[in-house]
Amino acid sequence: MSTPYAKLPAWADYGLIPLINLLVAFVVAGLVVLLVGENPLRAAVILVEGAFGSGQGLAYTLFYATNFIFTGLAVAVAFHCGLFNIGGEGQAYIAGLGIAIIVLAFDSTLPWWVVFPMAIIASALFGALWALIPAYLQAKRGSHIVITTIMFNFIAASVMVYMLVNVLKPAGSMAPQTRQFLEGGQLPKLGWLLAEFGLKVRPSAPLNISFLLALVMAFLVWVLIWRTRLGYEIRTYGFSSKAARYAGISETRIIIVTMLISGALAGMMALNPIMGDQHNVPLDFVSGAGFVGIAVALMGRSHPAGIVPAAILFGMLYQGGAELAFEMPNISRDMIVIIQGLVILFAGALENMFRPTIQGIFASFSPRSVGISATKGERA
Amino acid sequence: MAQAAIELIGINKSFGAVRANRDIALEIPRGTIHGIIGENGAGKSTLMSILYGFYQADSGEIRVNGKPTHIKTPNDAIAAGIGMVHQHFMLVENFSVLENIILGAEGEALLKNSISKARSELRRLEQEYGLEVDPDALIEELPVGLQQRVEILKALYRGAEILILDEPTGVLTPAEADHLFRILQQLKEQGKTVVLITHKLREIMAITDNVSVMRQGTMVATRKTSETTVEELAELMVGRRVLLRVEKDEAKPGAVKLAIKNLTVKDSRGVTMVDDVSFDIRAGEIVGIAGVAGNGQSELMEAVSGIRKAVSGTVMLDGTPIDLTGQADPGELRDRGLAHVPEDRHHVGLVLAFDESENSILGYHDKPQYLKGPFLNLDAIQKDAQEKIEKYDIRPANPRLKTANFSGGNQQKIVLAREIEQDPGVLIVGQPTRGVDVGAIEFIHKRLIAMRDQGKAVLLVSVELDEIRSLSDRILVMFAGRVVGERGPETSEGELGLLMAGVEHKEAAE
Repeated sequence: MSTPYAKLPAWADYGLIPLINLLVAFVVAGLVVLLVGENPLRAAVILVEGAFGSGQGLAYTLFYATNFIFTGLAVAVAFHCGLFNIGGEGQAYIAGLGIAIIVLAFDSTLPWWVVFPMAIIASALFGALWALIPAYLQAKRGSHIVITTIMFNFIAASVMVYMLVNVLKPAGSMAPQTRQFLEGGQLPKLGWLLAEFGLKVRPSAPLNISFLLALVMAFLVWVLIWRTRLGYEIRTYGFSSKAARYAGISETRIIIVTMLISGALAGMMALNPIMGDQHNVPLDFVSGAGFVGIAVALMGRSHPAGIVPAAILFGMLYQGGAELAFEMPNISRDMIVIIQGLVILFAGALENMFRPTIQGIFASFSPRSVGISATKGERA
Repeated sequence: MAQAAIELIGINKSFGAVRANRDIALEIPRGTIHGIIGENGAGKSTLMSILYGFYQADSGEIRVNGKPTHIKTPNDAIAAGIGMVHQHFMLVENFSVLENIILGAEGEALLKNSISKARSELRRLEQEYGLEVDPDALIEELPVGLQQRVEILKALYRGAEILILDEPTGVLTPAEADHLFRILQQLKEQGKTVVLITHKLREIMAITDNVSVMRQGTMVATRKTSETTVEELAELMVGRRVLLRVEKDEAKPGAVKLAIKNLTVKDSRGVTMVDDVSFDIRAGEIVGIAGVAGNGQSELMEAVSGIRKAVSGTVMLDGTPIDLTGQADPGELRDRGLAHVPEDRHHVGLVLAFDESENSILGYHDKPQYLKGPFLNLDAIQKDAQEKIEKYDIRPANPRLKTANFSGGNQQKIVLAREIEQDPGVLIVGQPTRGVDVGAIEFIHKRLIAMRDQGKAVLLVSVELDEIRSLSDRILVMFAGRVVGERGPETSEGELGLLMAGVEHKEAAE
């Protein structure tokens, strides 16, 4: 007996359902805004205008989105292998150390376009190494990767505090951070790109070239997952470890390789705030991007084409939310966090809440589109 | 004629535009055993689910004992005196028989009273129907046949007058099945009504009074069992004439392809599942392994195909040993010409979420013809899949369709096509026709015979005794992890059945 619910067409799966989830999230968020005595519609307008209404706002939105693309891709790659990498936060944080080593050594002597590739490799390497230990423990000892990666976030945080306070802080400085990077450690801004479209962007806007790197990585992840033998093995293991065993795919190898890739992607996130904006390695520069990556991957259905828009959406929430807190005194920073939380809740955690209803509607209107007739109609 | 226990009038049920049940009319006289047969997907389960309140019909009427009855939930069904024994038992493994029987019918907050009440009621049922079972035994310690008896007792305890059994003999030995039939006969004599859903025509002929045949959601015929034949029923089920016997020539066994010596395999809990098993398979023969599910056949196949580690023993493939006690690699064995069609095609043999074409390379995805460097050669994979689809008549003929959207028979053909087309020297096949419709069974059997005739060695494991007998050139019977006997294909079902039940060789021969 086939199940009454079957597959949805791709456009509904990747477009309609996230949209409905998002609308519900905003309706509930609107109720919260109403509760504190503000006009939800005005709040929505401020939010969207703050994020997309000006060149400056857009630059910030895309800057935040860059972080989330990297961490979203990291979570997604692990997802395809059936692994839940919650350690993006720690992997990105530790990657900051790798970048610091490269940049502090070469920023006075080499131009940015030589330092940048080295920093990319260093960030990927440090992020990957930080994911290697949980991956090894999962593959060899069966220690659950969710637990170990969470633990490694705390270890990473402590290691970085120690490094920044005791090792990397210039003598005499009060701030627990590295010295300012010289020109060789500063990435070119992308404000000019937005200016091409007639938008006004101040030079201070943090959007930088790592946004383009993020887009390149999104494409490469798509190639990896759907076009390579390794991606085929990752997906096989992710759907069914038994089928993978049957197909002669080594469990140990596939878990470790996948987590290395995932950690490397999370690590690259560190390039954006460090080399693109702050020009030093400060405390807590990841500031939750690792966790937002989980929501981004869920909402983007672990597909790069979904992750990029989902990351931009969360970038909008960050940037527009800041504007909103500024414009509406009743809405504090914490309220913004609530709204972001609601989006994560509906788009991520409750992702399947409306699915059965929508599938039911689809099934009754056009069963062919959900593939039921294929199973029933044609028999051998 | 006695009043009908159940009358279904104009039952319709659609899932989307798929009409799982079309205008079904059925009358089941009280005090009879009524068989319902049909291929997978014919709508039997849907119909019974409607009767038992899992689904609700879109239109139509259910009458129980002549009274129109609305059955919205299984509780309504129980209240109307309908009980159901599911194909997969709904028992709590670590509860006792008694606890399972009162589960959901506890009556009050404290169990003390309901347990003693249940105990005396159980005793009465035992006496009345000959359904002996120790009320304090734990379910997990009972053999499958007794577990099924507990399911029946559960239904009777709830006052069932009408008992629906869904594929009840799939997990039983022939002896256990016979016992079940005697129980059903006894229930009938006590005035209960039994509805038996099955796809085994022989059972229908052996026990039912009437039989209804379903095909593609409609009720195509109802016959008195005494007035019909197996051939007629098969034709009604499929809608065309079916070859029930497999036609094949004498086997011409050649050299030994696969030699298994003293193989011992434990499962993940450390229980010995395969115990010191030795046998050979020669080129050009099919060796069938008969046995009730769970007697070590699965572990044997897994060990030989490299999925599961063996504890001890040797397996020689074409005269060279396979490293079984270390980390045997199924990929390496494939390269050496040992192909495996696993029992569980849903979780092992296929990735249901993949496209058909992606599954058509599973396990062979590292072969150069499917690759371009580290990249998949999608064009070659599609072309290859398309060829297999045509050769094996896989429908729908679309290599991009999700595998989950294929029927069971077509999914099995995807696996078979993949494994056979790599031209292996040894083919290990587990339950090749489980959940497969009759038309596809015929096709699959022909392919396996063709493999044999091309001089390949085939190891066939199946719980379908008919399948084993009609395909195999030699039959090994497994019981409790051991091979308890080897017989020829002409051996009677009764003799094999005794071996499968673990009765000693000598007794079996007598």
